[in-house]
Amino acid sequence: MKRSISFSQAEIDEIREMAAHYPDKSAASIETLKLVQKYHRWVSDEALVAAADLLDMSPAELDGVATFYNLIYRRPVGRQVVHCCNSVSCWMLGAEETLETISAKLGIGLGETTADGEYTLLPIVCLGACDKAPVLMINDQTYFNVDRDRLNELLESREEI
Amino acid sequence: MERPLTQNIKSDGSTTLLPDYLKTGGYQGLRKAIREYTPAEIQQWVKDSGLRGRGGAGFPTGMKWSFVPMNMPQTKYLVVNGDEMEPGTFKDRWLMEGDPHQLIEGAVIAAYAIQAGTAYVFLRGEYHLAAERMRAAIAEAYENHYLGENILGSDFSLELHLHSSAGRYICGEETALLNSLEGKRATPRSKPPFPQVAGLWGKPTIVNNVETLCNIPHIIHHGVEWYRCLGLTDAGTKIYGVSGRVRRPGAWELPLGTTAREIIAEQAGGMKEGYRLRGFLPGGASTDFLLPEHLDVPMDYASVGKAGSRLGTGTMIILDDKTCPVRMVLNLERFFAQESCGWCTPCRDGLPWVAKLLEDLVKGRGRQEDLAILERMCSFLGPGNTFCALAPGAMEPLQSALKHFRADFENYLPEPIHG
Repeated sequence: MKRSISFSQAEIDEIREMAAHYPDKSAASIETLKLVQKYHRWVSDEALVAAADLLDMSPAELDGVATFYNLIYRRPVGRQVVHCCNSVSCWMLGAEETLETISAKLGIGLGETTADGEYTLLPIVCLGACDKAPVLMINDQTYFNVDRDRLNELLESREEI
Repeated sequence: MERPLTQNIKSDGSTTLLPDYLKTGGYQGLRKAIREYTPAEIQQWVKDSGLRGRGGAGFPTGMKWSFVPMNMPQTKYLVVNGDEMEPGTFKDRWLMEGDPHQLIEGAVIAAYAIQAGTAYVFLRGEYHLAAERMRAAIAEAYENHYLGENILGSDFSLELHLHSSAGRYICGEETALLNSLEGKRATPRSKPPFPQVAGLWGKPTIVNNVETLCNIPHIIHHGVEWYRCLGLTDAGTKIYGVSGRVRRPGAWELPLGTTAREIIAEQAGGMKEGYRLRGFLPGGASTDFLLPEHLDVPMDYASVGKAGSRLGTGTMIILDDKTCPVRMVLNLERFFAQESCGWCTPCRDGLPWVAKLLEDLVKGRGRQEDLAILERMCSFLGPGNTFCALAPGAMEPLQSALKHFRADFENYLPEPIHG
């Protein structure tokens, strides 16, 4: 593992506050990794070592956790992470077509990031809105009934942000 | 028709704040429980109510609670399973976003019944809006003494924390959830001991699904008799849902035991123009296919079981006549293969193999013997060979598809048997 980075006092306070909810602070591991992503977008080796230190975990142990969960990114991601649901109800209602459209529009495939660092495209499992399929999630926002037209609308409106 | 669980949920998608929750009898169940009844009495009420777990397995809730050792003072935990990730399932999101106080009240009563001092809401990471609304409601509940020290002036105290996860299907399995909550990889634990005796950090722990807990305030407030009469063939109401090519996909609270026909034809408005019903998964991805001939089966635990499937989460996925069942099963098995935690060999190695065989089949590279291999996998990965129910659940749609849609599988073989 590479050398560690240091967290700001505000980040440390936030991590400690979360860890106080549990008898063992390693229980805050996922929330800590998500906090790292809130400020740094992804979890670098350096951030992982620093987080492990704060949680009294070994870096290997925390990496075991980090690599287990779908929403923890151990590689750089864009400012907007587009998660396309590929589970059964969305698949039946055109998720593959939605994915092809978005992939063509952004010029990237699954797991890739646009050259300007704006978008990363990832698959995701059922987002729990199957009555409004196809569904996708961009960062914290979930979008429903995303067919081709809605998708074009969506990407254009987000570009203006 | 009474709809206690969804009475406050508005169609515009907004949430229910405390004043509105109180108007419809909110926190009356808790008030009654904590002031008039002992924990043992509350456990008995829930046992007598006939409430069964709404997360998929259908275990009787009161019986689950009764396994917690109550005779010695020790730390105990209540955990709310809000890791709704069963494909095709979208009911707990609705309950948490629409009426978060109902879940909090249910959790406090459950914690009182087992005398837990700490509770966690384990929420899947993707549910950002539910997280925001649960957080706000938890803060409101603390301010108004429904949570915290000496709840409503009683001796009972409870700390409730929201724990937001980061997405893995296996977290819905209760022992994997406990490992995840402890900050570890979400691999399931060997049972026994069961979590009721040795769960979170080795302490007695009850894990209940969101919808299950949402029933509790109403059982206590209105009584066991009233509750039992809500259902047709089993006690209470159920959030049923339909997704796929129907006119009005959605979720509805209906009496337990409503027929599949009523749910699909009436509530969901029947099939979309140009599509016919070919089959349906009655309770999420890990249930066996049922056929149009099963439309009059009451959607309750025993009847769906008798028909050859499981009620599961009660949210149906419709297979229409223009969707290939083999490709649908391939989609499901890819999901299960990806979401296997990798802990036991049959699941870790078997599911990708199943997915590969199905993929080869639909690409025209199948071999005659592949169908027999798939059938054998259904027993290799079936009940009893793995730590948890992920792999057996994954086999349910496959084994039933092989039975009901055999010709569709055979048609993909290079030299069809029925040629």
